[in-house]
Parts: sequence; C-alpha cells; structure tokens
Amino acid sequence: MTILLIYIALFVGSFFAVKAVGNFLTAKSDFTSLKTVTFGDESAVRANRAASVMSIVAIFLIWGAFTGSSLVPIHAPGPFIGDTTFTYTATADGQSDEGTVRVIVHPVADKPEAPEMAPGDGFAKDDIALIGAWRSGLIRVDQNDELGRDAGAVVTAVNGTAIEPDGRVQVDNGVVNMTRRGTLNFTPYRGWQMEPVWLPSPETVFWRLVELSRDGYQNFRLLEHLGWSLLRVVAGFILGALVGIPLGYAMGLSDWFRGWFDPIVEFMRPVPPLALIPLVIIWAGIGEPGKIILLFLAALWIMTIAARAGVSGVKITKVHAAYSLGASKWQVMRHVIIPNSLPEIFTGARVAMGVCWGTVVAAELVAAEKGAGMMIMVASRFQLTDIVITGIILIGVIGYGIDILMRQAENFLVPWKGRA
Amino acid sequence: MTGLAIDDISMRFELPKGGSVQALKNVSLDLKPGELMSVLGPSGCGKTTLLNIVAGFLAPTEGKVVLNGETVVGPAAERGMVFQQGALFEWMSVRDNVGFGPKMKGMAPGEKREIVDHLLDVTGLGDFKEKAIYELSGGMQQRVALARCLANDPDVILMDEPLGALDALTREKMQGLVLKLWRETGKTIILITHSVEEALLLGERLLVMAPRPGRIHKEYRLPFADMGVNADLREVKKHEDYNPTREEILSMIWNMEEEIMGRSETSA
Ligand SMILES: Nc1ncnc2c1ncn2[C@@H]1O[C@H](COP(=O)(O)OP(=O)(O)OP(=O)(O)O)[C@@H](O)[C@H]1O
Ligand SMILES: [Mg+2]
Repeated sequence: MTILLIYIALFVGSFFAVKAVGNFLTAKSDFTSLKTVTFGDESAVRANRAASVMSIVAIFLIWGAFTGSSLVPIHAPGPFIGDTTFTYTATADGQSDEGTVRVIVHPVADKPEAPEMAPGDGFAKDDIALIGAWRSGLIRVDQNDELGRDAGAVVTAVNGTAIEPDGRVQVDNGVVNMTRRGTLNFTPYRGWQMEPVWLPSPETVFWRLVELSRDGYQNFRLLEHLGWSLLRVVAGFILGALVGIPLGYAMGLSDWFRGWFDPIVEFMRPVPPLALIPLVIIWAGIGEPGKIILLFLAALWIMTIAARAGVSGVKITKVHAAYSLGASKWQVMRHVIIPNSLPEIFTGARVAMGVCWGTVVAAELVAAEKGAGMMIMVASRFQLTDIVITGIILIGVIGYGIDILMRQAENFLVPWKGRA
Repeated sequence: MTGLAIDDISMRFELPKGGSVQALKNVSLDLKPGELMSVLGPSGCGKTTLLNIVAGFLAPTEGKVVLNGETVVGPAAERGMVFQQGALFEWMSVRDNVGFGPKMKGMAPGEKREIVDHLLDVTGLGDFKEKAIYELSGGMQQRVALARCLANDPDVILMDEPLGALDALTREKMQGLVLKLWRETGKTIILITHSVEEALLLGERLLVMAPRPGRIHKEYRLPFADMGVNADLREVKKHEDYNPTREEILSMIWNMEEEIMGRSETSA
C-alpha cells in the first residue's frame, strides 16, 4: 500500500518536474508536434521518452529502497539488527522479582554464538536470546529462574507494564507478546524493507545473473536453458505455421474445408494451451516431443485463424480486377490472395509467438529437465528468490526481443500494412 | 459478328430473408467496336449490376452478353475493368501493377516493359514508375488503374465511376485523358458516372437508366465527346446544345429521384 502511494507520488512528481524543466528538451518540430488536436487523436500520442526512462528508474529506485540495496541512496527503514533489552517481572508465592532479557537480533544468514552472561540476583534470573531479523521467537524467561513456571511463577509485567496472556507490550526495538500459556514472544522491529527470500536487492539479482551465466544451473548452462526454451518455441511455431497457414487458406477458399474444420477450429480456439499440458504429458510424456506438440497446438489455431482472416479480408474488387486482367485461379492465389493476407498472417504470427513463449515457460514449470521455466521452478523450491527473479527478467526480455524482431520483419516484408 | 451485344438481360436478386429485388429488367443494348457510352441514372437503378454482368462477375437470371460472337460466361482479359478505387495491388510497385496483365499472359519481360513504360508515360506517371501505390495521390492511383487496364489491351473497357473519388480539377484533367486514350486506342468503353456533365462530355452515346426495375429509360447520341478529343473541355461546354441537353437530363433524373422518394414515403 505504501509502495503504491510512493509509486503514484513518483509518477505525478516526475511528470510535473519534467514538464517544468524539460519542455524545451523534448520540443520537436515535426508534423505530429504541429498538430493542435492531440487529445483524442491516438496517432498524435507518442510515448514520452523521458517518462519511459523515469519509469524504469522509479522501479529500480523503489526496488532498491525496499531491499536495502547499496545502489540506492535512500532506503526505507530496515529491520532492527543488534542488541536490545527488556525487563520482566515474575511473581511467585506473593513475592516478585525482576529479570533482564537481552535479545540479539542477527541477520538470518549468520547466527552468532550466544555470549556467556551473569545470571544476576533474585529468583528471576537474566536471560539471553538470539532472534533472526524479520523473525520472532519464544523466550522462556522462567527456564533458568529459581522459581519457574512449575513452581507457580508467572510473568506479570514487561518493562514495568503489566501483561496478561494474549497481551502485548511495546518495548525498545520490538514488541513483546504473551502467549495464552504465559510464555513471552519477542518480535523485533521489522521495518519497511523486504526480506531477501521475498525480494532480493537488484545487485543480488545482478550478481546471481553473472554467476548463473558463468556456472549454469542444475547441470545446464544459462544459455542452454534459455536456448532450449527458444528452440522449442521456434520449432512449435514453425510447425504450427506450416500446417495452420495452408489450412487457413483452404478454409478461406473452399466451402468443404471451411465446413469440415470450422467446428474444430472454433472449439479449439478458446481452449487455452495451458489446459492441454496434462493431456499432452499423458500422450507424449514430458520430453521434447510433448513440448513441441503443445506449442504446435498453441500456434496452429492462431495461425489458421489469421490465414483465414487474411483470405476473407481481401477486397473483392482486387480479386475481380485480377480476374479481368486475365489471371487464372492459381495466379489470383499467388499474386493477390497470398500477398494480401500477409499483414494478417504477421499479426497472427506475433500473437502466436507471444502465446508460445508463455506456454513453453508454463510447460517447463510443470515438467522439464532444462529451460527457463524449469530454472525458476526449481529455484523457487529452494527459496532461491534471486534466481526466480533473474529468470523472470530474462523471460520478459526474451519475449520482448521476439516481439521486436517480429515487428522489424513485418515492417520489412509488408510495408503496405495499414496503408491500403 | 464484332462488338458487344447485351441481349435482353434481367437480373433478380433473391434476398436471404425472402423476397427479391428486380435490379434489371429486359435490358438490351448493342455497342459497335470503338464506341464510347456513358451511363447515368439514379442511385440503385442497376448500373453497377449491369456492368458486373458484362464483366462476367455475375450471371444474369435471364438473357446473355455476347462479345465478338462469344457468350460471356465469366471474367476474362478481353473485358477490362476500372474500379472506383481500392482495386490496385498495394504490394506491387506502380510498374508491377501496370504490368500485371501482360505478366499473367506470360509476355516476355522486354515486351512487357515497353508496353508499361509507354502507358506510364502516356498517363503522366513517368516519374513514379518504381513508387509504391500508397505513395500516390488518388488521382495518380486512378491513372495507374487506367494504365493497368490498357496494358492488357482489352476489347472492351468497363468503368464504374472511375473518377468519382477525385476532386473537380483532377477530374477534369482525367476526363481529357480518358477521351485522348479512347481516341488513340479505339477501345469500346462503357463508363458509369453520377455526374451529368461527365456523362455528356465522355459519351458518344449516353444511356439514362430508370429504377425499380432497372431499365433503359432513354438514349442520346451526342457530339461532345468527338469535339472534346482535340479541344479544351471547357470550350465544349459552351456549345449551344450542351446546356439544354444537360438541363433535360438533369430534370429527368431529378423526377425519377422525386418519384422514388415519394414512393418510399408513402410506403413507409
Ligand atoms: N448482391 C446483392 N444482393 C441483393 N441486392 C442487390 C445486390 N446487389 C445489388 N442489389 C440491388 O440491386 C439494385 C441495383 O444495385 P446497383 O448496385 O446495380 O445500383 P447502382 O445503379 O450501381 O447504384 P449506385 O449509383 O448507387 O452505385 C439495388 O436496389 C440494390 O439494392
Ligand atoms: Mg454502383
């Protein structure tokens, strides 16, 4: 919640900052900048590059600030680490005595030796406890007392404040709770930062990435994991396109094909490929054939529908024109229908690649020996959150890269798209 | 027997929800080779339908179209068509668009190139041969369409409002171009238009059609097209017969439109 508010504040704040400072920096005098109607003209809205950069910076800033990163100058308050003490008052047989509890709150990763300590006087002896940051711990203060719980002693106060079972007392650097059975439980102050097992700091992730690319993970090099995922996607996609595009053309050109395959395509289209994973595993196992069949199915329907839409999207006047210029059926197909459907097919291919990439990761999450999804799944079992996050970032970057490549290919191969 | 014969054609569209539309009824017409005929008529009187039947895209419910002694059964290269817009192939350059017909015939590249270059020069597109279609203005695109049709050397050219989407000035220039090409190539041309002026200027023969059912209402034989071949079209409009004929046709169509409006008002 706080993070969300900070994020909104950054969004609004940087907007005003940039508008105030940098207007002259971004001023361009091309055609779009001369448009006076921009609100409502989608084509006049271009991403503000400053905003994009600041958006990325903001994410890293917040990420760093809440994980105690050394890259970020300001930090959210961290958890308490160090020594703290509180006193407790034990009462037995009408007499009371006070004891001191020293708590050493240490980073979870390195637990120190408990130091020796003089027990102090009175029947309530002093105690010492080790508690990890972000954790809490029961402290049996009566354990070493002369009159323990078995002798009828009860803790009645903490730091002089009366406490009852289920009660709580705020002490320095934390909170003392009393359980229903009368044991004290100390929770050190947690601060606002995230624990590394939930969210590691950016530099941890970065160094993990370096380490992964050097040493690999789970018997395979990092590039092998990613490469295998990509290879599966490309193989599945190509197979899907090889079958789907001709099928889509056939459905767009022949009533028999349309009639025969319509029910199948319309039925399979809304079935998410993820729902097919169990069936494909039963049929083909968890090996490569199973994965490629799954991705083939994921790409197939999308490409079929795209090709069919490409055929039905051809303007009838173009077909008529071609026939009255003396083209045969095959020539109409070759010179009119196929080129005319290319933009649709490219749109379909982009969607299909995106879906395939998502599906391969999901399939690897379920079962795989190598692959990006397998990497993050195994890492999550060992609570290696930094590997999980590294993997997610890599998956995102690759997915984005695929889309950019497809768009480049599209601009190159079908320059007339959207301009007819 | 040469020329185009439209022989007692009727066309009835069965509507999917039942009922039918009589788009054409007993239309007969003969065109000699080299004749230029313009067709006028209120919207919905079946002009496009007639042209589509001649082109072979539609089969008439009755009657037949005969070109040079052969009955028309489908589209073919001897009947070229110029559409209002959007019929060019965006994935080809201007040159490839114009060369499409010859290429389909399997003409040798050298010969094809000669034809294409010649036509692009004639239509004033010499500097745009390698451009993409979407880089051209509307008027240029229509010139490409015209050149593409001519490159195929058809016997009959069918034009459905070829200049309808152009501005007045461009349109006037294109009218001159059509006349010039007609005279130079000697093609038989049927040209549908909504503009009475255009019909007068570009019609050796002018056909006025009437709606519901679509039929031939009246036919004129006009001298203006011949005059226009070698003169400024604005001069032609000053001819003493021009304005009276124009007024006559305008009021004729106006009355038809009135009648339609009145009819649909009473039926509504
Ligand atoms: N495919 C079709 N199905 C049903 N009715 C049709 C079809 N095509 C045309 N019509 C009907 O036939 C009649 C003639 O249509 P057509 O398109 O030939 O008119 P038009 O004279 O070209 O009109 P405009 O000048 O507006 O282009 C109209 O009433 C139209 O509704
Ligand atoms: Mg029409």
